[in-house]
Amino acid sequence: MAVAQTKQTAQDTQGLLPAADLAATDASIPEFSKEQELAALRQMLLIRRFEEKAGQMYGMGLIGGFCHLYIGQEAVVVGMKLAMRDGDQMITGYRDHGHMLACGMDPKGVMAELTGRRGGYSKGKGGSMHMFSLEKKFYGGHGIVGAQVPLGTGLAFANKYRGSDDVCLTYFGDGAANQGQVYESFNMAELWKLPVVYVIENNRYAMGTSVTRSSAQTDFSKRGVSFNIPGSQVDGMDVRAVNAAAREAIAWCRAGKGPIILEMLTYRYRGHSMSDPAKYRTKEEVDKVRTEHDPIEQVRKRLLDRKWASEDELKKIDASVRAVVNEAAEFATHDPEPDPSELYTDVYR
Amino acid sequence: MPALSPTMEKGNLAKWLKKEGDSVKSGDIIAEIETDKATMEVEAVDEGTLGKILVPEGTNDVAVNTPIAMILAEGEDAASLKGNGGVATKPKAEQPARQEKAAASAPPAEREEPAKKAETPAPAKTGTAKPPLAEIMPEPEVPEGTELITMTMREALRDAMAEEMRRDSDVFVMGEEVAEYQGAYKVTQGLLEEFGAQRVIDTPITEHGFAGVGIGAALAGLKPIVEFMTFNFAMQAMDQLINSAAKTQYMSGGQVKLSVVFRGPNGAASRVAAQHSQDYSSWYSHIPGLKVIAPSNAADAKGLLKAAIRDPNPVMFLENEILYGHSSPVPKLDDYVLPIGRARIARPGNDVTIVAWSMGMTYALKAAEELAHDNIEAEVIDLRTLKPMDNETIVESVKKTGRLVTVEEGWKQSGVGAEIAARMMEEAFDYLDAPVARVAGKDVPMPYAANLEKLALPSVAEVVEAARAVCYR
Repeated sequence: MAVAQTKQTAQDTQGLLPAADLAATDASIPEFSKEQELAALRQMLLIRRFEEKAGQMYGMGLIGGFCHLYIGQEAVVVGMKLAMRDGDQMITGYRDHGHMLACGMDPKGVMAELTGRRGGYSKGKGGSMHMFSLEKKFYGGHGIVGAQVPLGTGLAFANKYRGSDDVCLTYFGDGAANQGQVYESFNMAELWKLPVVYVIENNRYAMGTSVTRSSAQTDFSKRGVSFNIPGSQVDGMDVRAVNAAAREAIAWCRAGKGPIILEMLTYRYRGHSMSDPAKYRTKEEVDKVRTEHDPIEQVRKRLLDRKWASEDELKKIDASVRAVVNEAAEFATHDPEPDPSELYTDVYR
Repeated sequence: MPALSPTMEKGNLAKWLKKEGDSVKSGDIIAEIETDKATMEVEAVDEGTLGKILVPEGTNDVAVNTPIAMILAEGEDAASLKGNGGVATKPKAEQPARQEKAAASAPPAEREEPAKKAETPAPAKTGTAKPPLAEIMPEPEVPEGTELITMTMREALRDAMAEEMRRDSDVFVMGEEVAEYQGAYKVTQGLLEEFGAQRVIDTPITEHGFAGVGIGAALAGLKPIVEFMTFNFAMQAMDQLINSAAKTQYMSGGQVKLSVVFRGPNGAASRVAAQHSQDYSSWYSHIPGLKVIAPSNAADAKGLLKAAIRDPNPVMFLENEILYGHSSPVPKLDDYVLPIGRARIARPGNDVTIVAWSMGMTYALKAAEELAHDNIEAEVIDLRTLKPMDNETIVESVKKTGRLVTVEEGWKQSGVGAEIAARMMEEAFDYLDAPVARVAGKDVPMPYAANLEKLALPSVAEVVEAARAVCYR
């Protein structure tokens, strides 16, 4: 198998994530250039600040229904996106805000969809879990756990049908990984050698059920073994490790070798959705990940240590990201709701 | 006080984890709040200094959106807040929230650009718009003297697919046994030979999976024809059909186009018992976002399948195993495409209207013949498309006959016949001279024994009896 294995031997005591020092000592993780570090920082900060704002707006009643925040998992989508090229597609489940921002979708349009306004990506008809941008090759945003997996496999099928070497990145969580349709998809993807990277974002909890309570095989990178789909576990908190794995996986697919699985060991800081108090895990567990593994802090630290950026410069980046997010929030708050005539449009063409 | 859920109105401030003067970063947990259901941590969303706590810990029943503290940005100091106490934790965000409410209740006039205003119609007085009427193409002209070729429905369906695949390279067929086996019911016979394995694709037995793969391919702009060996097995794929196929165009605000046909035999075959003998007509026609077609003869099958493949929406195309072998004439035209959403008057008459589709038409037409012997002239309408349903044709017929019988193999409760009856009550009540009668499958799982199976299905005799009953003869 051609994909780098991030070694799993040095896990912390709780078995949650690779040990804090793994990233620093593991020579197999290629360094980022200054530009890459800064790009990753900016993207991850945008997602973090956007999600914090979304949480705030949810609390104020501006966002309704379900709202699943991506805070803590930013390195996964940002590291993957930095390895994609134009034409490659992305599809995910309901924890999708980070994916859309990483794809370059306008934060205003995303936030306005969260508030159910006409300027939202789905004209206010989809909400947090259902947004699309064909222009940016983002295919949703799907609310049913696991349903995006056959869909992403179908997008990859279309690439092959058309003779293109574009690759579809299909994201799902450790919870979705137990759905039957995931394995139906694995079978067809390998059988037909479809160019699909299955990115399993293992944030350790399917809503409130920990991986150990829900999964007979907790190493999700092995979930493709019976289909001959190679897989590897990646430190999903280190954007460089994610990016390195992504490059190899995408190259694998692009070369026509079929699907591949990347299990991203990651963690969500917030509850499953806004209304989840997350009492199924200890405060210490969350604190430990936040202080020792935070994906943004890792990049900040490297930038400062290498004197690639000063505290002041980083503050400026944060301020500019905040400005973008505030503008999005402002737009999403004032943009009108959809016109009543929109009730019946877009059901059929 | 943040809302933990859309239904939360108030909460208790259980505990402050930061005190006045502490510096906070976004993401820091500053307090704990609780409701009767849950306890939750409040994170700071801005960076700064906790300037003033407005709601002390232990306070119960704090209304949602009440400011609980003020965070000072760099350069601000607590003194500047005096006299302004209790205004807002996050002054910038609080204000928009109020405006939002105003925007929600009043027509959004002021922010709209003039150009945009012109193209968006004014909201209706009631606040909701009316559903648009489906645009339906006219029936194609079949010039006089057009040669009619007698063929089976199976061949007509195959020809429709082959013609559309020749016409558009984005069209392909996938399903169980569609390629090398030539179709479990031989509907895809010859397609592999002509179009190759790239476009005629055998799938594993994995309905949920390949339905999703087909929809995914449609998301990318291809036009799949997904064959279910029978619609009984499509229940495995129901989530993809309803949640992914039917709803995605709407949920994307019209951005996504899903041109995909799901086809295969539906309803009872013969002696295959309950799990292989269900009619899903009413299931799919319940769903906005799907079109549902159920033809009864070769010509309609060909013309409507071609239309379905070209339609930019997800279409459920319900065939019937028993009808596959039935032969009937099909106009020999280069491009015979029928309008979706238009019923066909299969037999004109003045005394009673019988509405049927697919297999139900065989009972309806035979019953009409028998009724004619007794001078009851039945008008038989072949619905052909179940969604969108051609109300107009049924209403016009009922205006003439004043009596209506529906025929279906599916169960009565919440069936298509129930829907038609309700529509006629709404739209043709004054014209009805008798209650609408429904002939339907009996309310039991399909039995295996030949005699019981026969009893469970509708029959010509039942249709005749129902027609007589509504005619009071």
